[in-house]
Amino acid sequence: MREVAVVSFAQSVPARRADEFNEVELLMPVVHQAVADSGIPKGEIGFTISGSCDYLAGIPFAFVSGLDAVGAWPPITESHVEMDGAWALYEAWVRLQHGDIDSALVYSFGKSSLGPLTDVLSQQLDPYYLAPLWLDSVSVAALQARAWLDAGHSEEEMAEVVSASRRAARSNPNTQLAGDPDLKELLAQPYLVDPLRRHDCPPIGDGAAAVVLAVGDLARSVSERPAWITGIDHRIEPHSLGARDLASSASTREAARRAGVGRGPVDVAEVHAPFSHQVPIVAEALGLDGGVEVNPSGGALAANVVMAAGLVRIGEAAARISGGSATRAVAHATAGPALQQNLVCVLEGDKR
Amino acid sequence: MSTSAGETRVPVMEAPNVLEFPFSRSTGPVIGAFMTALRDEAKILGATTATGKVIVPPLEYDPETGEATTGLVDVGSSGVVTTWAWVREPGPKHPLAKPFAWALIKLDGADTALVHAVDAGSPDAMSTGMRVTAHFKPEREGHIRDIECFVPSSGSAGGESGTPSGGVRTPEEVFSSGTAPNEGSADASTGQADEAPGPVRKISTPIELVYRFTAGRATSRFVRGLLDFKILGQRCPSCTKVYVPPRGSCAKCGVATEEEVELPTTGTVTTFCVVNVPFYGQKIKIPYVTATILLDGADIGLFHLIQECEADEVHMGMRVEAVWQEPENMVPGLEAIQHFRPTGEPDADYDTYKEHV
Repeated sequence: MREVAVVSFAQSVPARRADEFNEVELLMPVVHQAVADSGIPKGEIGFTISGSCDYLAGIPFAFVSGLDAVGAWPPITESHVEMDGAWALYEAWVRLQHGDIDSALVYSFGKSSLGPLTDVLSQQLDPYYLAPLWLDSVSVAALQARAWLDAGHSEEEMAEVVSASRRAARSNPNTQLAGDPDLKELLAQPYLVDPLRRHDCPPIGDGAAAVVLAVGDLARSVSERPAWITGIDHRIEPHSLGARDLASSASTREAARRAGVGRGPVDVAEVHAPFSHQVPIVAEALGLDGGVEVNPSGGALAANVVMAAGLVRIGEAAARISGGSATRAVAHATAGPALQQNLVCVLEGDKR
Repeated sequence: MSTSAGETRVPVMEAPNVLEFPFSRSTGPVIGAFMTALRDEAKILGATTATGKVIVPPLEYDPETGEATTGLVDVGSSGVVTTWAWVREPGPKHPLAKPFAWALIKLDGADTALVHAVDAGSPDAMSTGMRVTAHFKPEREGHIRDIECFVPSSGSAGGESGTPSGGVRTPEEVFSSGTAPNEGSADASTGQADEAPGPVRKISTPIELVYRFTAGRATSRFVRGLLDFKILGQRCPSCTKVYVPPRGSCAKCGVATEEEVELPTTGTVTTFCVVNVPFYGQKIKIPYVTATILLDGADIGLFHLIQECEADEVHMGMRVEAVWQEPENMVPGLEAIQHFRPTGEPDADYDTYKEHV
């Protein structure tokens, strides 16, 4: 395997409604910053890939015009996944293993504020049995939350996750929800879709994120402390909700095993769990022990730019490595209803 | 490492944007049989697997093994709630208009659970492990919503139909066992279409999603300019090319375009086509001409109509000018310009627009 590292990461400040900017205007400063911070001239980047979903803003083939933010001239090698940018990063990592190019730009963007997000996401479900019921994304998460509660957990645990997320988010400028909420007050809030309260659900946010990957000596030459990807894997479970154990995440567990999470101590983990009950489900499946710092950014409960939030987890974890405050980090991204598909990425800094 | 999305707030134009996908979907043998049994027999079918399980709702392939499922069996129309969620404010597309529960329901005889709505009146009436029974619509079309909802089963034993009945069937047996024996009855000449709709081969799944469309800064300024009878472009700071309509960025250089350039209403036809095909919603009498017009001082062509001349007079290099809408008919969009018309000037020299053909 070729050594591949995250050498730069940029993100926009998520906004509840970024009406002043079209998707290109939203994305462009972020791409520019990631490329500038990488130290690699734009024209020398070997591969460009994005992750986004045209359904979010209701603009078919929006990902094609998203390329305007990059400047695809002279013609570039480019790809796109209709998924979170974390999966675009996976494809870029695979592409870099081919050996003929040494760097890649990965970006993602989403403007969920323009559409009925929870209905839009219902249309990713099985088109015969589920989408015609308009089973919305909050309700899917609520079905999972109940299954998790029934497996021996409590709503207090969910409130604790929310409270920890809000507190962590106070030191992160790129979040939407920060604070220090009292557990009793959280539990006194009305349900949105039982057993979920509004604060158990992620905020809606518009934004963008970008990462530059580089291999071996190039990464060492442009970055003082590259965040090496030492393991990466993604796994998917059956689509049918009734065919899965919703209270745990078998696909996260398998991806974590294959990515080698357990091969060493973990300093910090960034998990992409948009709903409160999903944080402990994912943390358990990753095999993290109680000493691991989970979501120092606040996680997806504090800011959730759909299609970018997973890539942001990798970027945040890499920033902890590059900044020197962590030696080994785990980043997780999810896609599909109720944690159907999960990606796990292990990042490490050079020993010093 | 973050970039602020910008400091200046510009009034951004916004319009509703409705996406509709009026699709129908072919159902295949297994889902088609499920839908046919729902419609004709008010029964719920599961798919049997080589490992001896019953998957509900049925699939063509076992998600655990990837093997084809082996047949279809009736499962009970009652079952046990394995998890549930209470919807306090139903949306207009949800199965029930009043507060209801979503539930995963393991029907009697099934090994996997089905998602549907439960009409229980109150979340206090819901619990994991409770028994519920399907309530079928009286008029059914072969669709998952032929099950109107589930309701809590009456009596402590709860519900009807404890065990599957009738053994394993093939899709063909399901297709021929209901009230609809005639495949191919779509042929209206048989005169039997109403009585015998035939097996369910497809379902209708209309999708309507209502979005807002926001124009962003650059397009908003362009559209506001049109309302003032001005055509505003933007110049790329890197390659100095002028974009119209501007999108706030240069696609070639990948940089933001800030400098605004007011363009004249005159330009040159770089290419064109004569529309002879009538289509639904057509507003203009055919034949008519649409053209790419390179406004003087712009570096990208604008699409618009050429009128006030015969279609066969339009040609490359023709000089044209914009004809604005009357002020009372002004609209926020490119229709603020009614069309372009010939100026009568001599044709532009080919070298002035050869990069744009």
